[in-house]
Amino acid sequence: MNYKKILQKYRKDRTRLIEILKEIQATEGYIPEKGILSVADELGLSRAEVEGVISFYHFLSARPLGKYVIYLNNSITAEMAGREKVARAWEQEAGCSFGQTSADGLFTLLETSCIGMNDQEPAALINRVVFTRLNPEKVSQLAGWMREGRAVEDMVEETGDGANNHQLVRAMVRNNIRKTGPVVFGDYSAGQAIRKALETTPEGIIDEVKKANLLGRGGAGFPTGLKWEFCRKEKGEQRFVICNADEGEPGTFKDRVILTERPEMVFEGMAIAGYAVGARLGILYLRHEYSYLRRYLEHVLQKMREQGWLGQNIAGRGFAFDIEIKMGAGAYVCGEESALIESAEGKRGEPRDRPPFPVQKGYLNLPSTVNNVETLATATQIIVHGANWFRSMGTPVSTGTKLLSVSGDCQKPGIYEVEYGLTIKELLEMVGAEDTLAVQVGGPSGNCISEAGFGRKICFSDLPTGGSIIIFNRSRDLFAVVRNFLDFFIEESCGWCVPCRAGNVLLKKKFEKIASGLGTVQDLKEIEAWGKIIKSTSRCGLGQTSPNPVLTTLSNFREVYESRVSKEADFIPEFDLNRAVAEACAITGRKFQEEQEHA
Amino acid sequence: MPDKIKFTIDGKDCQADPGMTIYEAARASGIYIPVLCHFEGLKPVGSCRICSVRVNGRWMASCTQPVTPGMVIENTSPEVEEHRRAIIEMLFVEGNHFCPACEKSGNCELQALAYRYQIMVPQFPYLFPKKDIEAFPKFLLEHNRCVQCQRCIRAIQTPDGKKIFAMKNRSGRVRINVDRKLAASLSDEEARKAMDICPVGAILKKEVGFRVPIGQRRYDKKPIGSEIEEKR
Repeated sequence: MNYKKILQKYRKDRTRLIEILKEIQATEGYIPEKGILSVADELGLSRAEVEGVISFYHFLSARPLGKYVIYLNNSITAEMAGREKVARAWEQEAGCSFGQTSADGLFTLLETSCIGMNDQEPAALINRVVFTRLNPEKVSQLAGWMREGRAVEDMVEETGDGANNHQLVRAMVRNNIRKTGPVVFGDYSAGQAIRKALETTPEGIIDEVKKANLLGRGGAGFPTGLKWEFCRKEKGEQRFVICNADEGEPGTFKDRVILTERPEMVFEGMAIAGYAVGARLGILYLRHEYSYLRRYLEHVLQKMREQGWLGQNIAGRGFAFDIEIKMGAGAYVCGEESALIESAEGKRGEPRDRPPFPVQKGYLNLPSTVNNVETLATATQIIVHGANWFRSMGTPVSTGTKLLSVSGDCQKPGIYEVEYGLTIKELLEMVGAEDTLAVQVGGPSGNCISEAGFGRKICFSDLPTGGSIIIFNRSRDLFAVVRNFLDFFIEESCGWCVPCRAGNVLLKKKFEKIASGLGTVQDLKEIEAWGKIIKSTSRCGLGQTSPNPVLTTLSNFREVYESRVSKEADFIPEFDLNRAVAEACAITGRKFQEEQEHA
Repeated sequence: MPDKIKFTIDGKDCQADPGMTIYEAARASGIYIPVLCHFEGLKPVGSCRICSVRVNGRWMASCTQPVTPGMVIENTSPEVEEHRRAIIEMLFVEGNHFCPACEKSGNCELQALAYRYQIMVPQFPYLFPKKDIEAFPKFLLEHNRCVQCQRCIRAIQTPDGKKIFAMKNRSGRVRINVDRKLAASLSDEEARKAMDICPVGAILKKEVGFRVPIGQRRYDKKPIGSEIEEKR
């Protein structure tokens, strides 16, 4: 293997480290020691640093993997859709367990966090190809093809709707757009917005976006106009626009659909942002799970360059702006803007301390604005139709519309573009949900709402969400939901700070104690206190929201917890000796004597 | 000379130079904020979170947060101290710390913090993780005691800026990963520096041990932080 050739292709650029490693893995199936040493040597890094980057990302591997790597999604909606049976079927076919490679080197089975297909579970990535709605029969068919040596791309029999059917995508993914709205799915013709933007001043663009009161659609809700203004005012020889297409919050998949159906609107939004802040380069940071969209998106970018909406002289007005795509490699935390920047620089995706904020020192330590996919698409429409048009929708504070990714127990899972201010009750009716126990608004890091809260509104001042809505009906076990979410945060913690790294493991232990019936009232107090400590002292948004699955269910479904704990006992040990030896007792036919007699 | 920044810590009026972090500003005023990952002269990374304070109601890590005018900082309120104690306890249960058998006992900052916070039994269950010990030509790396403070990563690099120590993995699986080839070239002096900068007994220089008897070591004599508080 000629590593030097790959390194030359990327001009030995350290910020391209992840791409270099991905290319090595694509050709060799993994990143062998020789590759690590060669990359380290050529980029002036130590071996330990390169290993640090590889081991941070879920989709990079320094150990050999099978010819077909099955990354089976483990989100809660996958569990609800029969993931367990699918997993067992894979294990049977491969003859190995999850986390292992089959003896013949054909299969590797791995779990993976939400891949953005919550409305078509159980889903998996096989190498880089998405497979949705799996069942045991489908698994055995796929495994059969694998034994025949068929290419993964050729296993996709039926492609999905819309641009999923495009020859450069050819994915079985479905958009499931259930309700279109006037903004993201409204009337749109590419090029109109950027042409209009270039007729006014950058300050004029920022004012219009501020007037529209556009708040960030990724979940945090920071005012977009203000962010652009900060970035513009910051001194720097260069500035950057970064589009955050790393939606990893379990249950979110709206950016996937926007990038499939409205990529021009997003790219145009990036160009407008570039004009507003004074940037010449935009970066689309695309999550690895959406690799199947890359060639198509490159094609769209090329088309836009040919049409003059991107490039050296946009709309003939002398403004130069171009966009490149950088790929993630599997890490939820990279959705956090400073971690995303680290990752885009080819490093471990660990969040930075703030200040300085990305608008001050972002990509390559230069002023950068990081905006969500939907935010940028929305900005495009605001420029075309004006702030007043936008403000006529939604609520006075939460203006405009929001894309919701709805999954779980309902008849019509998929994408809904709704005005802010919609109540949970209205939403449940719209999506055909019955006998609903709980609604998870904003994914695991959000809020788990009980019936008492169904009158609450989806908006920034009440129930904010990056788009994830997961519905659970009364047949579901809330503890299974919380368990899944806690496991997610434990796995996705970057491990940098103590409360997030260790605290979440301890929180889960306490949760299991309560779930197994060994909890007391004191344990409920402690789990709440521990959750608050993790929230307060964690370094980034991941840790600060990671106890929410426990804290919000504890506050909205307290009775479920109370029904599991002993009201009388002051203390019950975590370890139940009777239970631990029960099997041995049954086998030997001897009874365990709890109280040893000391004569 | 730029104007001094005025702020309060636990109601006490303090002043600091612009650009100082809360930790540095407190220290200059003779107020001790406990730190573990932070080490003077190294870029702060805010990984241990023991220096958490509450500023105008918001939690912040004082080693990374610049002090700004008018900050009202809570440093010793019961809630702040409880949070710190919890974090120290998390570190104890997350690793395998057996102080009596550790070469660093008495010089260990984690142990010293536990003494200062009078921790007898942690409120958390022990996790008893399985961790290894690695040997290198000049030093041992005892992963059981490592607190992932990243001091070694920051302090010990090659002259051309390559990292000898680096983070590996993520989540609870994070480990300090040593570049064997580069580590072999460390001098005795550098290995000593690595051991001294490690707040716990994770990095141990080979062929020396217990030179100073336990009982006569740094924190055996005075509690951690007293060197700052004495200057008040």
